Amino acid sequence: MHMSDALISPAVGGALWAVAGTLVAISGRRVERDPDQRRVPLMGVLGAFVFAAQMVNFSIPGTGSSGHLGGGLLLAVLLGPSSGFLVLSSVLIVQALFFADGGLLALGANLVNLGVTSCFLAYPLVFRPLAAPLRPGGRLFFASVLAAMVGLSLGGAGVAVETAASGISSLPLGSFLALMVPIHLAIGLVEGIATAAVLSFLLRARPELADARAPARALRPIVVSLGAAALLTAGALSSLASTAPDGLEWSVVRTAGAALRAPTDGIRGLLARVQATVAPFPDYRLPGRALAAPTPADPGTSLAGVVGAGLTLALIFGAFGSLRWSRRRKGTAP
Amino acid sequence: MGLGELASRDTPAARLDPRAKVVATLAYVGIVASFGRHELFRLAPLAAYPLILAALGDVPLRPLLSRLALASPFVLGVAIAEPLWGRSPALLLGGWVVPGGAVAFATLLAKLVLSVSAALILVATTGFDAVCAGLGRLGVPRALLTQLLLTYRYLFVLSDEARRMVRAHALRSPDRPRSTLRGAGTLLGQLLLRAFGRAERIHAAMRCRGFDGTLRLSQAWHLSLGDALFLSAVTALLAASRALDLPALLARLGGIS
Repeated sequence: MHMSDALISPAVGGALWAVAGTLVAISGRRVERDPDQRRVPLMGVLGAFVFAAQMVNFSIPGTGSSGHLGGGLLLAVLLGPSSGFLVLSSVLIVQALFFADGGLLALGANLVNLGVTSCFLAYPLVFRPLAAPLRPGGRLFFASVLAAMVGLSLGGAGVAVETAASGISSLPLGSFLALMVPIHLAIGLVEGIATAAVLSFLLRARPELADARAPARALRPIVVSLGAAALLTAGALSSLASTAPDGLEWSVVRTAGAALRAPTDGIRGLLARVQATVAPFPDYRLPGRALAAPTPADPGTSLAGVVGAGLTLALIFGAFGSLRWSRRRKGTAP
Repeated sequence: MGLGELASRDTPAARLDPRAKVVATLAYVGIVASFGRHELFRLAPLAAYPLILAALGDVPLRPLLSRLALASPFVLGVAIAEPLWGRSPALLLGGWVVPGGAVAFATLLAKLVLSVSAALILVATTGFDAVCAGLGRLGVPRALLTQLLLTYRYLFVLSDEARRMVRAHALRSPDRPRSTLRGAGTLLGQLLLRAFGRAERIHAAMRCRGFDGTLRLSQAWHLSLGDALFLSAVTALLAASRALDLPALLARLGGIS
């Protein structure tokens, strides 16, 4: 499930961009250092394969519905974690740009939810230890199903946690998790079975693939940087969260002015000002506090808001229409 | 015409530097996300960016709207839950009380439309090769750019191949046109084997043309006066809509307070 720009706050989106960007840089360096250039076109074609696999719908037994292969785990198995992650990154970027799937601010979140979970967690920690040596059969089946279920439910939980941390949805985290995780366990079950079916076909058709796969690389640098990134993000987020005043505190600071000078100094004040003007955490509320009820605005300002927004949109559409009309008249449009 | 090919026409928006458009789009998406979930009206001025850019790029709205309609049913699902939670009144329109949940629902949809259309218009006015070249100049790792270009290049080729295989399968099993899970394993496995073979042929062809590990994109790099104007206009729009309540100011100008 793709995270969307509409559900994420700038702070959460930016933090996950930083995490995903670091991993893309590390993976990119590893791939560039690989002397085997045949991998470059192979990776590109496998990225396209992920899209093509969506054309192959299969019926899911017992449900009457149909599904298709997601491909995250399969890429990790075929290419190894770093290359698999890079290919999934390119797939997610193309999806965000061309298919309105996910979004640009949510790209980091999607790389973490779908790429990191399958390539750096589910594959090396679940699939590889369970499935080795790669042979078609029960072990492969079991490892694929378990790895896909772990990877996808982590990703689903990620969506819920990121949405809650962004403070955009009023759905409580608990119910959101209770909704997302079982759905993704079910999706993971189907994904795992499909992945196992593809892998056992491949291993029967081309047994040499099992030996020709890229040798396992040391994962320590990735795990270390993942951990560091997680700590950094958590630290940055929590310091921002605890120092940024909520709406009430902010208005108190604003109205009290000089009397409350202390919090406006130094880093706390800076962060407060950043929050007030840029709002990386729109609607941020301190945890445990009751949901801030939107105050019933007085009728005057409500009306002004509606009329103002309507006027603004009318102006913009007017500009759009006249621009388009003038370009048509010049004969530049097709 | 695909979204990416629209950019091959010579329009004012297509002439802008790809880097400028990439940076502007990212900043725009960040600013859209920074508005709270009841700040529906303050999002209105931000509609200017995608609409003006679409007008300058002669981007037809219909393909954009059809993609928007498909965009993320997941967001719709989350948004629909909003009116269930936010029952407290947020707006008074005449005698009509609008609950906070309804406003939050509309705000989520507005954010979705704005951020998705900004991304689609970026590609429609720039083209994918130029977006990638711009990303490269902005420091995105080469290995990722190569993957992006190759993935996009073969996306439609492999999708057509998959469609032909599915059709062939359906013609041979008319009583059960949709494949089973096990059958899908074979179909997808065949598709993978064909993809492996294709990758070998592509590699041979690339080597023949002197491939040394990186793809080269021809792109002239110069920030023109138009780019400077574009960037300052976008900065002004984003800063003004973030710092000021433009719709309220406009309403006050019109005498409604």
